[in-house]
Amino acid sequence: MLPSTESQATEGPNRDRIRQIIRENAGLRLDFDKVVYSTDLYRAGMTSYASVALMIALENEFELEFPDAMLSRSVFESIDSIASAIESLQRVPQ
Amino acid sequence: MSTPLSAIEVAELTASGAFQQALGVAAEHADDVDRRGRFPSEAIDALRSAGALGWGVPREYGGADAQLDDLADATFELSRKCAATGMVFAMHQIQIASIVRHLADSTWFRNYLRRVVRERRLIASATSEVGVGGDLRRSIAAIERTPDSPGDLVRFEKKASTISYGAHADDLLTTVRCSPTADPSDQVLILTDFAQMEAEPTGEWDTLGMRGTCSPGFVVRATCPADQVLPVPFAVIAAETMVPFSHILWAHVWLGISTEAFGRAQNFVRVQARQNPGITPPSALRLSELSVRMAEFRALVQGSMQEYMSLAQSPTLSTVGYAVRINNLKIAASEATVETCQSALRICGFAGYGNAGPYSVGRHLRDAYSATLMIANDRLHATNAALLLVYREGK
Repeated sequence: MLPSTESQATEGPNRDRIRQIIRENAGLRLDFDKVVYSTDLYRAGMTSYASVALMIALENEFELEFPDAMLSRSVFESIDSIASAIESLQRVPQ
Repeated sequence: MSTPLSAIEVAELTASGAFQQALGVAAEHADDVDRRGRFPSEAIDALRSAGALGWGVPREYGGADAQLDDLADATFELSRKCAATGMVFAMHQIQIASIVRHLADSTWFRNYLRRVVRERRLIASATSEVGVGGDLRRSIAAIERTPDSPGDLVRFEKKASTISYGAHADDLLTTVRCSPTADPSDQVLILTDFAQMEAEPTGEWDTLGMRGTCSPGFVVRATCPADQVLPVPFAVIAAETMVPFSHILWAHVWLGISTEAFGRAQNFVRVQARQNPGITPPSALRLSELSVRMAEFRALVQGSMQEYMSLAQSPTLSTVGYAVRINNLKIAASEATVETCQSALRICGFAGYGNAGPYSVGRHLRDAYSATLMIANDRLHATNAALLLVYREGK
């Protein structure tokens, strides 16, 4: 029986996988345990440089390209918003 | 004081007698402002009398609701006469736009905009800071609540590396972290009246050009009600308004400088041509080359302004692609102004090199050199270099 975690309760790309990529790329200086799916990553200290590194890492990990309209602050501000963006890209054949 | 601002059509603003008079005043004092490195108080007073400081304020608060293109026209015309005056006007309107577009539901800022129009207030800004290496999007200074005082008060202290016309403004818009424990990029804007502040200059402004903007460093300390903090995060204000407005209006300052230098070079060539009727002087070819550069420069600046106006409040403004494009405008326009002023100097020769006379372009060239430094182009290149790792250029 699978443990009932937040990630498995939500459909779409695995939020914990996104969380791990953020941990490695977003350059956050706070206690990472505090980062939940809705945490505002920019308010948590992600700089625009770090957000570029995060975008590249996500493109590699999920084998996709974010179109220009998605390369915006609102898309990369939380694990939830990133997951919805990836989900919408995975739905359309690239 | 005649017609209220709100009764004037926007199209009439720069054509109005009072604005035309301000242009004359700016031209008359430009050389003295430059030579003595003093604030262009006559021209700014004339703009005050014309009601021009309130142009960017919406009609509902008594302003003229001028949009970016009208403000850009005014900035361009002023900068042809006196670039320092044009830059002060531009910076003031950038602060107004940052407030107007991001005041959300703040009653305090609504009332403040009414006061800007009524009292003809001039707003400066303190976005630079000693120790952050010229990064607009990072602050060391932070606001803190003052627990011992009655009411909801906040205070801050900031070592600003430069505050343009800081000794001549009524109010100051400052970037600070939103609390002492916030991350350096978690910033807000706070508006304070100089009467609520201590502001000590930390140096002198004795520079190569843009001498009349009087932009030394300051240490500012203020305590004020928490209402004076704009409710929207600075990250949003910077991306959607402050950065694009700055780069577009500054580019109009530089286009104004270059257009004036071009005009002087053209007059010089015409006089040469008149001295030898029937023979086109060699400098006329140089002028023709310069005219091509000016056409490119104008197209760059106008294209960028039209894009911004068509995007209005669209989410595109906060995309990586738009950030790259607006940085490109700043880099290209700041390089174009120096190159075109240099070409004008080459055409005018020693008549251009002299500090006096109708063909002098020394002041224009010195003013133009500031363009590549205010938000250094190298910093913008570094930012774009990173952004281009993800952004793919389109048409």
